[in-house]
Amino acid sequence: MKAMKALRELPLHLMLLPGALIVFVYCYVPMVGVTIAFQQFVPVKGLFGSEWIGLDNFRYVLNMPDIGRVVWNTLFISVMKIVAGLTVPIAIAILLNEVRLQFFKKTFQTLVYLPHFLSWIIISGILIDILSPSEGVVNRIVQALGGRSVFFLGDNGWFPFTLVASDVWKEFGFSTIVYLAAITGINPSLYEAAVMDGAGRWKQMRHVTLPGMLPVIVLLATLSLGNVLNAGFEQVFNLYSPSVYESGDILDTLIYRIGILDAQFGVATAIGLLKSFVSLILISLSYFLAYRLANYRIF
Amino acid sequence: MHTNKSLGGIAFTAANYGFLLLVSVACLLPLVHVFAVSLSSSTAASAGLVGIWPVEATLASYDYILHKPEFLRAFGVSLERAALGFALNMTLTVLCAYPLSKQTKDFRLRTAYAWYFVATILFSGGLIPWFLTINATGLVDTVWGLVVPGAVPVFNVILMLNFFRGLPGEIEESAFMDGAGYFTVLWRIVVPLSMPVIATVALFTLVGHWNAWFDGLILMNFPEKYPLSTYLQLMVINSNPLALSGLSLSELSEISQRTTRAAQIFVGALPILLVYPFLQRFFVKGIVLGSVKA
Repeated sequence: MKAMKALRELPLHLMLLPGALIVFVYCYVPMVGVTIAFQQFVPVKGLFGSEWIGLDNFRYVLNMPDIGRVVWNTLFISVMKIVAGLTVPIAIAILLNEVRLQFFKKTFQTLVYLPHFLSWIIISGILIDILSPSEGVVNRIVQALGGRSVFFLGDNGWFPFTLVASDVWKEFGFSTIVYLAAITGINPSLYEAAVMDGAGRWKQMRHVTLPGMLPVIVLLATLSLGNVLNAGFEQVFNLYSPSVYESGDILDTLIYRIGILDAQFGVATAIGLLKSFVSLILISLSYFLAYRLANYRIF
Repeated sequence: MHTNKSLGGIAFTAANYGFLLLVSVACLLPLVHVFAVSLSSSTAASAGLVGIWPVEATLASYDYILHKPEFLRAFGVSLERAALGFALNMTLTVLCAYPLSKQTKDFRLRTAYAWYFVATILFSGGLIPWFLTINATGLVDTVWGLVVPGAVPVFNVILMLNFFRGLPGEIEESAFMDGAGYFTVLWRIVVPLSMPVIATVALFTLVGHWNAWFDGLILMNFPEKYPLSTYLQLMVINSNPLALSGLSLSELSEISQRTTRAAQIFVGALPILLVYPFLQRFFVKGIVLGSVKA
């Protein structure tokens, strides 16, 4: 009987085999590769031939003059993005829900989630063009209004906010979909009851729509906790320059420069390992919270 | 239900429409502007005369980039990558999602396998070990390096397996009664019933491959092997002094050409703009399903 069952399950194992093998080689082997963080790694000597140096790489990282600022930039940018990335789509979804014209609603959605599908290369190319202090259209408007040209991508005071604003611009439409679906799922009789009780539009929004969205808001807020150390490598890498390292350099860009440009493999892996480790805790915590608060399960 | 015919209500409605209209225009204007720049003469563009309409309209930029071998070659690499990556990703996503959608009583190791895949979301080796592994398996400087390491997109697998679980089990059961095996049931019954999620994952996969640039930057040692996104990163963003040294003189001089940059941005975005209207009606369903299933 047991053998029968094993035989019956065999095709399912076969289906998983190729995927499991690729994941093993390209996801699990690199996990073992983090031992580079404890080595004076030299590529020609390999993982087993390089000298073990204990925690030296970590000591080096913690003593780097810039590391505190980079961690701060990472947290600052990502937390601002999370907050803006939650509030803006919620607000837009609520406003869009008030729209009665289906045509308007549909067209609006189609237009605003388009940027989500464009890469940060395309978006950065556009931003570099329109935000340029000399020929960019944004600064021409600023000047026409009597202001002074702003170097959005080269000024440390502006750069983090340019990142947050452009991230919201790219992603809010896409996030709106989920909130709008949550609103659609609200039982219409709740609105009827509210109208009976004399609730106007504002009160319906406040006492029916928002509470109805709350489970989804809580869910997405907790899940975003896992991203606190991801400030958006693709965006920052394509928009930053040495003049804004002070306000815009994040962990992932630092890892890239140290690891790929300077070829300090051990040090870069050490920073990456610290980041992965903290992220592991944060993601686990976020899944646990999402499970407890919103009964969410990944699979 | 929201009936409110008061003056305040009408004012709110008008303001709301106006505001949302403004937001959607703001989303699109930057794209329209860059498109207009790409169609304008370079003197008009550098004099800052272009708004949302081309000035001294010309197709010169497009004519130039479409005759540029480097650009066409990069476009070709991207097409090859997208085709190979699409085939591999879709096959493996379906093949992994189906067994994982089974209940533990039908597939005892299901939960163990599921954790095996989900663990890769929770922890990763990071940039350097990832690169060294790909290097050690000989995929650096080949198109397979852009396709094989990411062949199992775990998020898409989860999206798909959750859809599979929602299918009525009776249809499968009756097929098993008739003697069909798992492979037949998957191919003949489950896949045809799952078109909404397959279309969603197909869109994500294609867009993901077309947009990916970082792996090209890290894994390809020569700019002539770059896919289009990586090539554009080099030509339009050019924040990478290391790779710039690999460019020809004519390429270096054109980097300063605003209209050429704009045309390349637009052609790079074009495939996405083309598939978007056809596929976008599918994915609203898919996304909602994947992110907020009860």
